[in-house]
Amino acid sequence: MPPNPEITRRRLLASAGVGAAAVGLAGGGFLAGHQLAEAGEEGTGAVAFYGEHQAGIDTAAQDRLHFAAFDLLSEDPAELRELLRAWTVAAAEASAGEMVGSVTEVPLAPPEDTGETVGLLPSRLTVTFGFGPSLFEKPGLGLAAKRPAALRPLPPLPGDELNPSESGGDICVQACSDDPQVAFHAIRNLARIGRGTVAMRWSQLGFGRTASTSRSQDTPRNLMGMKDGTANIRAEDGEAMERFVWAGGEAPAWMQGGTYMVTRRIRMLLEVWDRAPLRDQERTIGRHKYSGAPLGGTDEFEPLPLEEERNGHPTIPRDAHVRLASASENGGARILRRGYSFTDGVDESLGELEAGLFFISFQRDPGQFVAIQQRLGSMDALNEYIKHVGSALFAVPPGAEPGGFVGERLFA
Amino acid sequence: MNRNLVRTALCAGAFGLLALSAAACGSSEETTTATEAAAQVTDPKVEAVIADYRDYLERNADELVATTRPFVAAVVAGNLAEAKKLYAAPRIPYERIEPVADSFGALDPKIDARENDVAAGEFEGFHRIEKALWEEGTTDGMAPVAEQLQRDVEALAEKVKGVELAPVQIAEGANGLLGEVSASKITGEEERYSHVDLVDFEANVEGAEAAFEAVKPLLDENDPDLGAEIESHFRAVFNSLEPYRTEDGFVLYTELTKADTRKLAREIDVLAEELSQVPAAMATGG
Repeated sequence: MPPNPEITRRRLLASAGVGAAAVGLAGGGFLAGHQLAEAGEEGTGAVAFYGEHQAGIDTAAQDRLHFAAFDLLSEDPAELRELLRAWTVAAAEASAGEMVGSVTEVPLAPPEDTGETVGLLPSRLTVTFGFGPSLFEKPGLGLAAKRPAALRPLPPLPGDELNPSESGGDICVQACSDDPQVAFHAIRNLARIGRGTVAMRWSQLGFGRTASTSRSQDTPRNLMGMKDGTANIRAEDGEAMERFVWAGGEAPAWMQGGTYMVTRRIRMLLEVWDRAPLRDQERTIGRHKYSGAPLGGTDEFEPLPLEEERNGHPTIPRDAHVRLASASENGGARILRRGYSFTDGVDESLGELEAGLFFISFQRDPGQFVAIQQRLGSMDALNEYIKHVGSALFAVPPGAEPGGFVGERLFA
Repeated sequence: MNRNLVRTALCAGAFGLLALSAAACGSSEETTTATEAAAQVTDPKVEAVIADYRDYLERNADELVATTRPFVAAVVAGNLAEAKKLYAAPRIPYERIEPVADSFGALDPKIDARENDVAAGEFEGFHRIEKALWEEGTTDGMAPVAEQLQRDVEALAEKVKGVELAPVQIAEGANGLLGEVSASKITGEEERYSHVDLVDFEANVEGAEAAFEAVKPLLDENDPDLGAEIESHFRAVFNSLEPYRTEDGFVLYTELTKADTRKLAREIDVLAEELSQVPAAMATGG
């Protein structure tokens, strides 16, 4: 049985006299004595990895995303536990701005950390892990009884045009950061550590956040040029977070303090949208494009006048996106949105931009998302301009403590 | 899982581990050249490693010469069908020892270059003939190319017999062979006209395995677990090729789906990641 990587690392660090990751190396070379990049005015921008909840959910949304879904190759529970342990340590290191693994310059050996973040600040990196429903279906793992009742695969939803190879996944990793290289590095190094145990199924790079998860953030615009996330739950809304996001007593013990993540790759038909008149764009969404105010209003954060009518017609059209998505139309259901814009080059068969919104939401029960999307998928005026081409669902365990690992209680 | 990302730290904690050369660990920047290493060799274990691998090289060099001959004869005789049948056989020993051939500078491009690897007018060797046989459907004009090929492989075989070897270099050659698979065999870029890339793929992996097995005694002194893991990954790679085997070789590359190549690439990546740990992990000198 190979040595536990964590123990090996500690023992070797002690015996070789190597200090904390990026500084104080034995031997010569560039990395010896190399400091982290100079801290910026706001500090190093490190977000604590360990805690009650995983980071990257109520963290103020960063600018960049690298997301990956993995297939598990082995059904050995011990191997899965070791993977999660190694991933937890690596994610914590990267989040602290440290190099992943042992830091030595050995000419004959491939370096452990791939190196593209040397000299970069943590840039608010968060790494968040989730387990897909398919993980619990693997007989060899014996986890079927631990599956939360809420973790049912999403049903087919109206308008879906899902590509199976860009959907699903046994395990996911969401890396967010203000520096795209930092986000990329996290996924790449985790994929490398996982080689042989997991294989990357699909991945998504995101630029530009399309939600605010904190009151301190301005509402960003998505690729349609519309402000996106005005009515989003904010991290500061503790009550809303408890009610709508964090899993509570209804969840199995190992999931309490966790949440459920839905990802939807939503392709925007930008060529079509761009030739729609301003009035149509605004009526489709239900907000004025530039101010973000509800139609007929002046302030972005005004409540939606859903009851209001003018000249016999509702001010906010019946099929406007913000109406159909609003809590009051969905029995009070709210979700925490935390998505990113994406572009993946050109659609091969049409020569058009392959771009849109990589939608991510966190909710206490995926049913909240399903209810909303069933309405949107069947009635939303926005459907003329979008297509859901990828989908996935993951159970996001609660946070870990130093010495532990994410999802630990699943195996208890 | 790639646990071996932590194994490289073994070098940092090398106290008490035998015979990790200064070049393998620590502050010396230069890797030992083959000649220097050869000069250092007095350890019988190391000599055995080198002798073992040299024997493999020579057997394959001889096989290369022996299998090229009938192929060349068929080309010279203008026998298109026969030449196509005999094309794959010399590819195997060549691809098994390719990194060593590569170290002889001019001979590798003369024997094995693809059309866009060389300047116009310098395209010769196996793939020039391959193009004629499969794309042009003829042996016309190929007799001189074939005869030159015979001379070149014979020259290569001579050089192989005199090559200087050192354990680290042999281990690195194993990694190089898997790099070959990733770069051109798994993509179907090597055998563009005949599409026998899986034949080359298997040969590269066989060559990597032979190099690895040669140095394994040195590796086992420091890290027997790694050696055992690598062996199981080699088995996994060979197993993954089985579905594509046919009576006289393999299915053509063009018959593989993306799912097929993805699976094969994955197995190679896992093996290669583990194998890349070997040079640093093994004892290289007494």
